[in-house]
Amino acid sequence: MEYFLIIISAIFVNNIVLAQFLGVCPFLGVSSRLSTATGMSGAVCFVITLATVVTYLLNTYLLVPLGLEFLQTISFILVIAALVQMVEIVLKKTSPSLYAALGIFLPLITTNCAVLGVAITVVSKEFSFGGAPHLMNLGEATVYALATSLGYGLAMILFAGMREHLAGNDVPKAFKGLPIAFITVGIMAMAFLGFSGIV
Amino acid sequence: MSKFSIITRGLVKENPTFVLVLGMCPTLATTTSAMNGLEMGLATMFVLILSNIVISLIAPVVPDKVHIPVYIVVIATFVTVLQLLMQAYVPQVYATLGLFIPLIVVNCIVLGRAEAFAGKNGALDSALDGIGIGIGFTLSLTVIGVVREILGSGSVFGWKFIAGDGILAFVMAPGAFLVMGYLMVLFNKLAKK
Amino acid sequence: MAACLTGVCLVCSAILGGVYAMTKEPIEEASRKALLEALAVVLPAEGEVNPEAQFIEFDGKNYEYYVQTLDTAVVCWAVKSAVGGFGGPLTLLVGVEKGGVVHATRVLSHSETPGLGAKCETEASFIDQFKGFDTSVKSLKVRKDGGDVDAITASTITSRAYAEAVSNAVKVVKKIQEEVQ
Repeated sequence: MEYFLIIISAIFVNNIVLAQFLGVCPFLGVSSRLSTATGMSGAVCFVITLATVVTYLLNTYLLVPLGLEFLQTISFILVIAALVQMVEIVLKKTSPSLYAALGIFLPLITTNCAVLGVAITVVSKEFSFGGAPHLMNLGEATVYALATSLGYGLAMILFAGMREHLAGNDVPKAFKGLPIAFITVGIMAMAFLGFSGIV
Repeated sequence: MSKFSIITRGLVKENPTFVLVLGMCPTLATTTSAMNGLEMGLATMFVLILSNIVISLIAPVVPDKVHIPVYIVVIATFVTVLQLLMQAYVPQVYATLGLFIPLIVVNCIVLGRAEAFAGKNGALDSALDGIGIGIGFTLSLTVIGVVREILGSGSVFGWKFIAGDGILAFVMAPGAFLVMGYLMVLFNKLAKK
Repeated sequence: MAACLTGVCLVCSAILGGVYAMTKEPIEEASRKALLEALAVVLPAEGEVNPEAQFIEFDGKNYEYYVQTLDTAVVCWAVKSAVGGFGGPLTLLVGVEKGGVVHATRVLSHSETPGLGAKCETEASFIDQFKGFDTSVKSLKVRKDGGDVDAITASTITSRAYAEAVSNAVKVVKKIQEEVQ
């Protein structure tokens, strides 16, 4: 039951882009075509989940026991950068087709603040999913990371679909491009507000 | 390029928020009020100036292949220094801005300036570039904050001049995107003239 | 190449270690000051507060509390009480006098909606109703649930959580008193 609440909350109620403003740059950058949006969503899902598990373990078993929590930011970003590199190399060797689909997005992910954002949130923020507030354990952290990244994918794919239609429409000149995109996201975010309070 | 134009360029022509559209996450998330926007802008400027200076000094000796990781480490160091200083001397501000202080590390503006400017120019020019872009970013965030605070809370910098609650949507997530979109339209109109 | 990266990492870690050592004292000082400020709000002015945290287990959870003494007799307790609110955890510091009377409350942290639930931190009419709230004659529930707490307009869930946190704190203090006797 608790995992179910985490999933609903992370995908809909506290959607990472539409409610938490994480990963907005790539969200706007690669959402002009549905196919690239899907590819990017896949890559982000993979990296966020993997990076969160690794940084969670690093934090719990190394930084906290040694009293080095102040190195969190710097060590997390290094781990993420190294992970992205590794994933790229492994994918290239083992699954060329997947690499062809996700490859070009991977280098962009290191500076996607959604990855670092989720990693830091998971180890520092208390959550209360229907119960008493507490810091997440590894299982909850993994489910949270996966659900959050699915929420990212959902928002991105929905938005890309709308943007493809927008491109063919007659938009006033000053609104062309990003301004109308922002306004569209704003209306989407308003729709997602409707989910608040269900968990 | 004159020293002065390095600074002014960041305000309008290469405004990081409205023209380059970089660093959107803190821009949208922390501008619920004018003060929050201003504080976030200043925090980013602190990291931007210091990392620009250090990177311009070490860039000539850093091998090309590892320059990005090295830049990230330098930036992350200054971000952590900022985190510790804020926790010690302005804990209230740190609590409000929260997650978005450590996230300065992945703010594309900071790494972008390191890569595009500081890595190729001297320390003084890089410092000026940091100041210019920093001021541009801070101003943009403050403007967005002012607009959202007026519409959402009926006040400016905490000074309330409209009684009542204001339009709550502008303090919440959708308002951030809407205000950003409309301000960009306005900026496009004015800057093109 | 690798040597360069390692070198930079080492230098940076060393700098951070230095800054951490320098700011450790002020950071602790700042959090102590924040705690004392909160304690001053929820506890009566007379008497002496022991800023040393004590712990008690209640209902499977660990609660942090502070005691205030007047002429060696304990007169008031301040309990840190956290519950799930509308947007996430809602943590309060609740001052409770003998006999289950609430002295005052204060929000330590919350993630409620700005302009709605977040008013639980600022709206005086809501916060003040808990001052001197006597649990022996009144019930710590919102009116909708048949209690005596006036909810914040359009924020029943937040108000309900707030009342629950205060109610838990009162129960914790009851247990503390029982254990002492």
